[in-house]
Amino acid sequence: MVSEESQLGNQPEPVQEEPKTHLLSMTVRRGPRSLPPIPSTSRTGFAEFSMRGRMREKLQAARSKAESALLQEIPTPRPRRLRSPSKKELETEFGTEPGKEVERTQQEIDSQSYSRVKFRDSARKIKPKPQVPPGFPSPEEAYNFFTFNFDPEPEESEEKPKARHTVGTNQGEEEGEEEEPPTRGRGKEMDEEELLTGDDAEDFLLGLDHMADDFVAVRPADYESIHDRLQMEREMLFIPSRQTVPTYKKLPENVQPRFLEDEGLYTGVRPEVARTNQNIMENRLLMQDPERRWFGDDGRILALPNPIKPFPSRRPVLTQEQSIKAELETLYKKAVKYVHSSQHMIRSGDPPGNFQLDIDISGLIFTHHPCFSREHVLAAKLAQLYDQYLARHQRNKAKFLTDKLQALRNAVQTGVDPEKPHSSLDTIQKTINEYKSEIRQTRKFRDAEQEKDRTLLKTIIKVWKEMKSLREFQRFTNTPLKLVLRKEKVDQKTDEEAYEAEIQAEISELLEEHTEEYAQKMEEYRTSLHQWKAWRKAQRAKKKKRKQAAEDHPDDEIEEPHPEEDLVKPTPPEPTNRAVIEQEVRERAAQNRRRPWEPTLVPELSLAGSVTPSDQCPRAEVSRREDVKKRSVYLKVLFNNKEVSRTVSRPLGADFRVHFGQIFNLQIVNWPESLTLQVYETIGHSSPTLLAEVFLPIPETTVVTGRAPIEEVEFSSNQHVTLDHEGVGSGVPFSFEADGSNQLILMTSGKVSHSVAWAIGENGIPLIPPLSQQNIGFRSALKRADAISSIGTSGLMDMKKLAKWAAESKLDPNDPNNAPLMQLISVATSGESYVPDFFRLEQLQQEFNFVSDQELNRSKRFRLLCLRSQEVPEFRNYKQVPVYDREIMEKVFQDYEKRLRDRSVIETKEHIDTHRAIVAKYLQQVRESVINRFLIAKQYFLLADMIVEEEVPNISILGLSLFKLAEQKRPLRPRRKGRKKVTAQNLSDGDIKLLVNIVRAYDIPVRKPAMSKFQQPSKSSRMFSEKRAASPSTHSPTHNADYPLSQVLVRPFVEVSFQRTVCHTTTAEGPNPSWNEELELPFRAPNGDYSTASLQSVKDIVFINIFDEVLHDVLEDDRERGSGIHTRIERHWLGCVKIPFSTIYFQARFESQEDEKLLQATEKFQAECALKFPNRQCLTTVTDISGKTVFITRYLKPLNPPQELLNVYPNNLQATAELVARYVSLIPFLPDTVSFGGICDLWSTSDQFLDLLAGDEEEHAVLLCNYFLSLGKKAWLLMGNAIPEGPTAYVLTWEQGHYLIWNPCSGHFYGQFDTFCPLKNVGCLIGPDNIWFNIQRYDSPLRINFDVTKPKLWKSFFSRSLPYPGLSSVQPEELIYQRSDKAAAAELQDRIEKILKEKIMDWRPRHLTRWNRYCTSTLRHFLPLLEKSQGEDVEDDHRAELLKQLGDYRFSGFPLHMPYSEVKSLIDAVYSTGVHNIDVPNVEFALAVYIHPYPKNVLSVWIYVASLTRNR
Amino acid sequence: MATASPSVFLLMVNGQVESAQFPEYDDLYCKYCFVYGQDWAPTAGLEEGISQITSKSQDMRQALVWNFPIDVTFKSTNPYGWPQIVLSVYGPDVFGNDVVRGYGAVHVPFSPGRHKRTIPMFVPESTSKLQKFTSWFTGRRPEYTDPKVVAQGEGREVTRVRSQGFVTLLFNVVTKDMRKLGYDTGPLDTQGVSRPSPPQGFPQ
Repeated sequence: MVSEESQLGNQPEPVQEEPKTHLLSMTVRRGPRSLPPIPSTSRTGFAEFSMRGRMREKLQAARSKAESALLQEIPTPRPRRLRSPSKKELETEFGTEPGKEVERTQQEIDSQSYSRVKFRDSARKIKPKPQVPPGFPSPEEAYNFFTFNFDPEPEESEEKPKARHTVGTNQGEEEGEEEEPPTRGRGKEMDEEELLTGDDAEDFLLGLDHMADDFVAVRPADYESIHDRLQMEREMLFIPSRQTVPTYKKLPENVQPRFLEDEGLYTGVRPEVARTNQNIMENRLLMQDPERRWFGDDGRILALPNPIKPFPSRRPVLTQEQSIKAELETLYKKAVKYVHSSQHMIRSGDPPGNFQLDIDISGLIFTHHPCFSREHVLAAKLAQLYDQYLARHQRNKAKFLTDKLQALRNAVQTGVDPEKPHSSLDTIQKTINEYKSEIRQTRKFRDAEQEKDRTLLKTIIKVWKEMKSLREFQRFTNTPLKLVLRKEKVDQKTDEEAYEAEIQAEISELLEEHTEEYAQKMEEYRTSLHQWKAWRKAQRAKKKKRKQAAEDHPDDEIEEPHPEEDLVKPTPPEPTNRAVIEQEVRERAAQNRRRPWEPTLVPELSLAGSVTPSDQCPRAEVSRREDVKKRSVYLKVLFNNKEVSRTVSRPLGADFRVHFGQIFNLQIVNWPESLTLQVYETIGHSSPTLLAEVFLPIPETTVVTGRAPIEEVEFSSNQHVTLDHEGVGSGVPFSFEADGSNQLILMTSGKVSHSVAWAIGENGIPLIPPLSQQNIGFRSALKRADAISSIGTSGLMDMKKLAKWAAESKLDPNDPNNAPLMQLISVATSGESYVPDFFRLEQLQQEFNFVSDQELNRSKRFRLLCLRSQEVPEFRNYKQVPVYDREIMEKVFQDYEKRLRDRSVIETKEHIDTHRAIVAKYLQQVRESVINRFLIAKQYFLLADMIVEEEVPNISILGLSLFKLAEQKRPLRPRRKGRKKVTAQNLSDGDIKLLVNIVRAYDIPVRKPAMSKFQQPSKSSRMFSEKRAASPSTHSPTHNADYPLSQVLVRPFVEVSFQRTVCHTTTAEGPNPSWNEELELPFRAPNGDYSTASLQSVKDIVFINIFDEVLHDVLEDDRERGSGIHTRIERHWLGCVKIPFSTIYFQARFESQEDEKLLQATEKFQAECALKFPNRQCLTTVTDISGKTVFITRYLKPLNPPQELLNVYPNNLQATAELVARYVSLIPFLPDTVSFGGICDLWSTSDQFLDLLAGDEEEHAVLLCNYFLSLGKKAWLLMGNAIPEGPTAYVLTWEQGHYLIWNPCSGHFYGQFDTFCPLKNVGCLIGPDNIWFNIQRYDSPLRINFDVTKPKLWKSFFSRSLPYPGLSSVQPEELIYQRSDKAAAAELQDRIEKILKEKIMDWRPRHLTRWNRYCTSTLRHFLPLLEKSQGEDVEDDHRAELLKQLGDYRFSGFPLHMPYSEVKSLIDAVYSTGVHNIDVPNVEFALAVYIHPYPKNVLSVWIYVASLTRNR
Repeated sequence: MATASPSVFLLMVNGQVESAQFPEYDDLYCKYCFVYGQDWAPTAGLEEGISQITSKSQDMRQALVWNFPIDVTFKSTNPYGWPQIVLSVYGPDVFGNDVVRGYGAVHVPFSPGRHKRTIPMFVPESTSKLQKFTSWFTGRRPEYTDPKVVAQGEGREVTRVRSQGFVTLLFNVVTKDMRKLGYDTGPLDTQGVSRPSPPQGFPQ
């Protein structure tokens, strides 16, 4: 800044300028008082200096004078103003003077013009600022510019703040010393206004500024010697050294450095800083901050732990191409053989196979064996008891408890002063009470223990006695067991004393207890007595009252027979009786304890006895022994349920012990999941039998060979063995008693003594496989491993493992990172405290929850919002979630909860038979998985989903659009263009309507003329089986005469019902009516969800029913005919068409399993076909049930139809074919769009189809085609459009000389030229090895040639250029059929009948529904006939029979036939006939159901529903 | 009149689509519609509208003024899915075909009062140069399948857009019962909100 100033001296100075000048002076003043600092070399400077020095002195004097003068002049400031113009004058004057002289003169003048200055100053006071006009340097600046030598900058800047600060305070001094000219004026000013220092200085130079322009000072360039500068720099700068700072400097005096880490405190890892840098910093800090605040106790700079993680938390971003290549580079690795063991497979990285488990099987002891003799049983029992005794003896709990009791008694004795027991302090009393209760406890325990000891001893003796008597009885010995009871003599007297003392002590304690208890009871008694008395009193009073009341109102008495419970008069407790207590105690002691005069008995069991040799034994025993000898035992070792080795077969010893002493070294690859020993027994030369399995625990990883103890594992078997010799057998009751009482059932059991341990390798490393990726054996691997990777997540649950891991991995317990873990471990290992069975990840979460989770989950609104956001179907379109919980009905969730519940439960109620219920559930699951997959696919938007963009047009279109340019832009009468798809977002209920256009009908069956009722009705349509089956309405001839419209054969009208909304046309007349009406039905989407996916899953079916309207005259009285018309309209169902509300919708974004080349070919083929004939269906690939794309021909393959069907017409191929077609048609129809939510068209293979028993046209067609192929027909799958199915699949067969088209869903067939064929156009034909696309001009089956060998008519997929690659079929080799269960079908039949009857009654809520049993049974007999004839040619007989039986009834009914899928569809079908709508008062109904079972549970259901009206 | 505990709150929006700045285009009209969540339902007014065609003013501003009124009332139980207004501007191209000139969306302001919003508009880009040419030539530029997608985030990553111009909207917002239901959207006194809030995100 200074330099700038010196250059731009004539610029207006900023306000800071003045202070700066002072600054300069200040610095200098500090120095050697030579001011301004002038290099000694400069002569001019020197001269100036001396001159200035003189002047200063003068000025000093003048200043003091002026000060006093000014003081006097203060009161008259006015005249000063007059002087101000003189400034200019002076300027010109001085301008001419040369340098030095000028300076002096100026100063002289200055002193002279002193008064002037004064005047100006006061003026200044009023108007301080505008003094320096812009563009001109201030006077002082000007002066400085020419006179000063500027100091080096750094010093200045350093001193600046200080200087500035002191300006105000040190003013006087400063000025006096340095700036003589100003000081004079200043001195006066100081009095006037002390703070205006800057201005003062400026004012002061007023007298000088006019000469500024004209000064020329010639001086040599400033130069500072390098030494000087260095010197100065040394003073100002500090260069920290790089030397290591000795520790003592960094620490306070006499303090030893302290290393926290050594003291076990956690310090963390310091960040890496170079040593030199650290030294520099330390030196610097020492210099700056002598307090050593920056140093820790260890003498190092304080540092936080290194915050930098050693590994990146983000994936490395590959920036350069090379690195990408490097990443993508593939490496050859040898294939690793898959070891089939899922989770515990040892990683391939580990050296395989060098893990070893040593299993030492030392022996086997049977604790029971079928060959045990009675003596053996007793011996085993004795041995067991003796073991028990030894174990108890070792622990000697009774003794311990006795000692404890003694100690407690002593403690009480010393604590209590027996003379004044109540005067003791509370605390003592308390402890004594505690002691006493403890004594009580201990005594109880001791008594129990003693009792056990004693009984054990008694039992041992008893068993031994039994054994002895048995030996005596059977006169031979089988076992070498021998029990010796050693008596230990005791000093009778001391013993007796001790016994007595013990008893006395106990008695006194008990007495005390009893007295306490007594006192307590007394207290209770008193209070209760008091209560009772009060109650008595009240009772008496009441009684009196009641008596009075009874006298007044005798009726009331009955009302309160027991107003209160009667209190029983309390009985006073009995006082304690010492004698009684004493007796009790003595009795108990006698029972439990050794009496003082008895010697101590010590049993000793030895095997010293001799066994009677076989030749001295009875025969039964000998045979037993021989049997034992025949037996041998071996063990199999199973590792992970695989046999790995077995022991040698050892004979069973007479003592039923087997010694193996074998060690098996198992080289293992898989982590041991189970280790099992199987005990096999061989009798003679027969095959070994498995006696039992023994599961061995897998040893801890610390158990290595040499350290493992031999352990015994018990086993037992549940085999039943009865032997014909002395052996007692197993699982068979036997008794020691003569009378057979006290039966025992013993099972074969025993113990295997073994040890399992990990082997130790050559170099001392245990050969332990890593415990699910852990390797405890190798420490080095552990160091970096974290807990999860080393012990596995399952290990985290096991606190012991975790603690062990923590100990082994040498976790720093003080590392804050490990704190939660350490706490957990400490909690877990301390044992007593509560160990939660969970691991909380966010401990603090709870504090931030504003409500508890339970509460949040309880909130219905929250739940609703969550479910909606998860797009749960029930809630996906829930609108306007209420604000408050209370406004949300509980039933909102009911459906959803029910669905959740039912997901696991197979609902048999709705489906009646379990197989179909299972299928329904399976379908549901497949559907869910497909939908889930689809939802994921839906997340990925394509551009086409978002943006409508025209495709790049080809030339013709481009040309056309060029042509369009000439067209009118906005024609007045615009032509309609193709409508864009309506997005389903804004639709709501009522917006969508289903329009059904009923045009006409042909060949409607007509009513029989009354007289010729046995005549054949007019030929029915071939399209719908129901129509064929429909029986004509029958009228009684008597009524016929009344009909005004009797000439009319039929009055049909059409009724369309959808979602239970019904619309019908007007009634037309005649068998070939023409309605030409449009019916409008409102459509409601499920859950108000109008999205495409939801719409396509609408299962509702549009029923189109044709009815015949019949008018009945119900006028009873002919006389009234003139005045009124009274007819009843009856309608008779003629038939129906069902159209499922589902459209086909392709969304194929699924993976494929086909060859890429083939797929490309299919795409090409389809594209070519679509280009030529966009409306013709061309199918090459389809999606199979697992969501993979499969080439279509793979579905076609000859498959065997059920043999049962083939046997019916063994010689008639055509009849068989029809039967097979019927069978296929009986498999229920379920459109894919329904089952898979309209997402895609899935094709299941024929076996899947038969298992599911549901499928759409394609599955039916594929199955039928496969059957035909197997029957030896030439058959193709025909893809095309039909009415009413839309795009569908039919089957085409070549019969001798003509083609037949089969509808797989109805089982009907049509000739190629049959006009009634529902198939309207043909897209392509599919055979087992090729696809042919129809490239003929026409696609109607009537007009095309089906000869696929003509390439001009049919474009084949595989041709010479692309030969058929021999694709394997996805179909099974053979279909397997189960015979259907006739009984189940019959049961189902009854249930359906019941359900339907109930439904019909439900539909007639206002009428009584009567059932005509007689008719029902007739119908029931008739239905099987219908099934047999497939619904044909039985009408006449049937009607005749019916008429015969129901002579005086008017009968109207129809048999319905359908495949069985679920009850709902049956109900719907019955509903749609409208039979229940008849409301003639005396109507009766008949309903029969017949189910015919076909193989594979395909059921054909016949329902005959009829209404009967009695003729009068 | 208000009941003690209302079960819905009301949001009344009126205002207008004031003007637009599309420096290169003229003779534009705009359509607006509202997009709102499942808990919202319009109770009164028009949810959609299509304006007249306006031409540029002949002065310096070159503004396209519609002054097309908006007036609609919503009721809701949940502020989630707060209504957004979606604007789409159309106009003729060189050949006179109607093409889209911009899409834009903005939330209806939350706080009661008068708000001015200026929405930057954008159009989807063609996928290729050739497409761009043909679409220019045939006058069938890429459009969103549904203008409402601009109010949603789903699937936008597959599109590329170019910004086109600005539309200025004026909203007067009145709410009812929001505070009673626990939703606090603005200052207590709504009197001081007369000043228009600053426009969103770009210099005017």
